Amino acid sequence: VGSWDLFAAVPDGPRRAPGDTAADAVSVGALTRAAKDIIEGAFTPLWVRGEISDFKAHRSGHWYFSLRDADSRLRCVMWRGDTARALTKPADGMLVTAQGQMTVYPAGGDLQLRVLRLGAAGDGLWQKALEETLARLRADGLLEEARKRPLPRVPRCVAVITSPDGAALQDIRAVAARRFAAIPLVVVPARVQGDGAAEEIVAAFERVARWGGADVVILGRGGGAREDLWAFNDERVARAVAACPVPVVAAVGHEVDVTVVDRVADLRAPTPSAAAEAAIPDREVLTREVRTAGERLRLGAQRIMQRRRQVLAGVGGRFGATARRLTDGQQHRLRRIGQAMATAVEQRVMRQRAVLGALAPALRGAAERRVATEQHQVQALAGQLNALSPLAVLQRGFGVARTPGGAARASVADFRAGDTFDLLLRDGAVRATTQQVATGTPLDAGAALEQGGRP
Amino acid sequence: MTYEESLQRLQAIVAELEGDRVPLAQALTLFEEGITRLREAAATVQDADARVRTLVEQLDGSFQLLEPRA
Repeated sequence: VGSWDLFAAVPDGPRRAPGDTAADAVSVGALTRAAKDIIEGAFTPLWVRGEISDFKAHRSGHWYFSLRDADSRLRCVMWRGDTARALTKPADGMLVTAQGQMTVYPAGGDLQLRVLRLGAAGDGLWQKALEETLARLRADGLLEEARKRPLPRVPRCVAVITSPDGAALQDIRAVAARRFAAIPLVVVPARVQGDGAAEEIVAAFERVARWGGADVVILGRGGGAREDLWAFNDERVARAVAACPVPVVAAVGHEVDVTVVDRVADLRAPTPSAAAEAAIPDREVLTREVRTAGERLRLGAQRIMQRRRQVLAGVGGRFGATARRLTDGQQHRLRRIGQAMATAVEQRVMRQRAVLGALAPALRGAAERRVATEQHQVQALAGQLNALSPLAVLQRGFGVARTPGGAARASVADFRAGDTFDLLLRDGAVRATTQQVATGTPLDAGAALEQGGRP
Repeated sequence: MTYEESLQRLQAIVAELEGDRVPLAQALTLFEEGITRLREAAATVQDADARVRTLVEQLDGSFQLLEPRA
């Protein structure tokens, strides 16, 4: 049977249409196909609201279900190619909106909606899609609190993934200018709503990672209807946020619902402005912080200086007391050590002066006064050392005997007749030979030598 | 060093200087380093004009920062 026009006038004879009489009965197939053509011609694709029932996902990938309300039921089919665009697989009882073409399914003779798009009319489908996405992210550990990274206190550069024309960017820019204008903002443009938004956001994250110039990312947009924010519930976007090499602040201007991206981001801010506040430090606060740290460093240094002065004074005192009990030879060594010490201290003061030279002038003034005090201390110590020196004894007219090797000869027991020794005097030294040794109090023994010297 | 690292190091240095256990020679070295860190941190908080630029990826995969259109 060829294609029939059921309503074409029959050219000749009495006016008769197919199916008018039993003799002109039409086939089921022809009638159904005719009905299909009429239905398809009468409706352009349209949106229908209803509740899902009898949902079946076939192995082939096609979905079969009914849309119903209190009065009627409409059979629906959604081909595999179209199901990919749906938020998620719906379940019975969910309120949805379906956009589709009214048609007739010839084999069953059923009126049918060939669904092209499926949207949520109530919370059901959104909720299910959200829960499924979250479950997958949770399984991969992407919702763990422990994953969340701290933001840098002072970022060198902040990347902002958002629409270049949106209010979000203006808000972020205003906060940045107020808090710390020197931190550069780099906009990575991406559409943040509508078809393709998720893909653009993912691409923007990849670009930020390849670029490598930012150390924190703000992903944001202003508030909007739930459909507008859906890109922020997209699993691909959530995974891009998680994979971002630097911390991400999510700022979807929507206080009521928390999006999936909010859950994955290192920090969730209620608005783009709040995100900027979190990512960009207040310069005033930092300046105070640095100033306080500088002041503490100065005070710390001051304390060290003070302590050192006390130590020097203490060492000087003990040194003097000990030195008075020592032999000349020990004193000589001590003097050399003392000089070395004084030199070391002097060098340290010089070095410290060089360090202080790097300080700000105000600080330097105070520090230099302290160094001057230090130098005074060192000089006083040097004077103290000098007073203990054997040389000072020589100045008073005494002599010191020692071996040519420099060892002290402080007792007659150190001398043997014939030994060579050196006698140190105020203005020089005499090399002498021991002729005779007498023991006793110095003056008595000296008298004895005189007699013995001229036998 | 980042601002945080500089400041953290600075705080550690100050804490050490404030304690009583640092030998003098080391104290001076610490003080010297403290000044360096202080200068780094101070340089970070210098003010400058606000800059907003747009990241543009070239076909060859290189990146450019463009001034935003007025």
